[in-house]
Amino acid sequence: MKRPNDVILRTVTKVAVVIILTFSIHLFISGHHYPGGGFIGGLAFTAAITLLFLVYGIDTIRKNISVDFKAVAAIGVLISVLTGVGGMMAGKPFLNQTSGPVDLPLLGDTMLATAVLFDVGVALAVIGTALTIIMSIGDDH
Amino acid sequence: MNNLIIGPIIIPIIIGLVLVVCRNSLGLHRFLSLLATVLIGLAAVLLLEQIRTGGMQILNLGGWEAPLGITLVADMFAVLLVLVTALIAFCCLWYACSSIGMGRERHYFYPLCLFLIAGVNGSFLTGDIFNLFVCFEVMLVASYVLISLGGTKIQLRESIKYVLINMISSFLFLVALAYLYAITGTLNLAHLSIRVAQSGQGGLMTVVALLFLTVFSLKAALFLFYWLPGSYSAPPTAIAAIFAALLTKVGVYAIVRLFSLVFYHDLGATHLFIGALAAASMVLGAMGAVAYDDIKKIITYNVVISIGFILAGFASFSLVGMRGMVYYLLHDMIVKALLFLSGGTVIHLTGTAKIREVSGLIRLHPQLGWMFFIAALSVSGIPPLSGFIGKVFITTGVFQSAYYWLGGIGLFTSLMVLYSVMKIFMNVFWGHTNLTEETEKGTTQGLLPPIVVLTALTIALGLGAEGIHEYVDLAVEGLLNPNLYTDAVLAQNGK
Repeated sequence: MKRPNDVILRTVTKVAVVIILTFSIHLFISGHHYPGGGFIGGLAFTAAITLLFLVYGIDTIRKNISVDFKAVAAIGVLISVLTGVGGMMAGKPFLNQTSGPVDLPLLGDTMLATAVLFDVGVALAVIGTALTIIMSIGDDH
Repeated sequence: MNNLIIGPIIIPIIIGLVLVVCRNSLGLHRFLSLLATVLIGLAAVLLLEQIRTGGMQILNLGGWEAPLGITLVADMFAVLLVLVTALIAFCCLWYACSSIGMGRERHYFYPLCLFLIAGVNGSFLTGDIFNLFVCFEVMLVASYVLISLGGTKIQLRESIKYVLINMISSFLFLVALAYLYAITGTLNLAHLSIRVAQSGQGGLMTVVALLFLTVFSLKAALFLFYWLPGSYSAPPTAIAAIFAALLTKVGVYAIVRLFSLVFYHDLGATHLFIGALAAASMVLGAMGAVAYDDIKKIITYNVVISIGFILAGFASFSLVGMRGMVYYLLHDMIVKALLFLSGGTVIHLTGTAKIREVSGLIRLHPQLGWMFFIAALSVSGIPPLSGFIGKVFITTGVFQSAYYWLGGIGLFTSLMVLYSVMKIFMNVFWGHTNLTEETEKGTTQGLLPPIVVLTALTIALGLGAEGIHEYVDLAVEGLLNPNLYTDAVLAQNGK
């Protein structure tokens, strides 16, 4: 098959992927108080990887990111469930959450919330599921 | 607050996820999935004792109080079902260990079963009707994969029907939920119960109730069972047994819960209708069971008959009838698993499901033969096995409520059930032996122990009916007195 001339696409992708990934992390973090969160952040992250699939081909990306995305999804859900169990360990109901200011080095007085851990799980689950679907459909030729 | 209630839901989820991560060690898969069912069983036993001594147990997830948050409610009825689910899951997974095959095991058979069990337990324990929908979906999505796992031709053909019918019923479920929320403004079952009682169950509410009934009838195979015989005979034995024992029963549970807690004000409309549907599914199921001479078809039609019979007991809505319903539901879950596993073993041995092509199997496999015989007697309600007590109570209850036609149909179809399973026994196990050990298609190695456990359970439940009487009565008391449920859920925060 003749390789298409996609210099522009490749060049733009190299820059765009970095921007999308950064934006996905921004979406993820801002989700605690503003629109965003694990689900949307995870989808934006998936969009970046999908762009890489489209431009460089699934095989190339798989060589560089050799992760089993099914396992990523499972670990994500596991993290989310275990944060719920964490509430039980503290003698509170399942899925109980807490937050409070913590004095971190460099960052100073920072507000930390256990809900973010839950969101990390959600993000991983979304990334794992979406990429598994895309890869299994994309591989089918 | 009692965090133990979440146990039956998150134990299978956590273990299932660990198994997805550790994909390649099949020994670990077998061990951990059996362990998960044991842990669920233990949690259920602990809960049973707590409920017996301390009344219904409540858990507000994340500390959000009812009716705002999602509440889990462990009442006696739900926890009895969770316990039996754990027992059946244990036996079916044990059976699967030596029959399901490496291919399916590698493709996440055990995690999927565990997710299915999580969905089933979630449906039993939830106190929020939208959460019930979610748990149904968890269970159904797992079952979609399980029914098509392996990808044989018949499985793919039947799974399309199965997925389609369940998609439609899930869609209707969502529509019914939207109506209900628009009318009452709440989704918490206890809160719904109070609101419907306050505003009265008018015509509009009854229509919504019947829409829910349609949805759950599709899932429970009450009258709308046309998808069931095909779907349940497609997957391998262990999966079919789990489906037959658990999935339809979740639909039954949903009907019982909703029509005893929320829509119980217009018995003449809703419960009479349930009774009519129950009668129709008993008659049609009996026709199917008598007509076919295919083992799988006969026992799948028996599922339909028993669903009709259980809900006949519920339709009577009397103390005795409901008691019989609880007994019979517990019995039916166990005995359907037993019937599917032993019937499936016969097919596995002979390579055919046609009862005319096999005979005299009892000379080669006496244990299997006699256990099938016990299953056959139990399913048709012969004393002292477990079906008897439920059948007596249901029949009495139905007659007490003056549904004579329903009781008559129930008794008549019991005879048909007996005839249909005895037809299998007489044809397959009696007569001239036409197989030898060499011409058999498989062995019973590793397949019999789970069947023995289930047979022991059905005998124990029959002989020990007195022993669980206290629990069954508490379950019935909870079902017949909705205010116990609503008080437990809502009174705790002073509302």
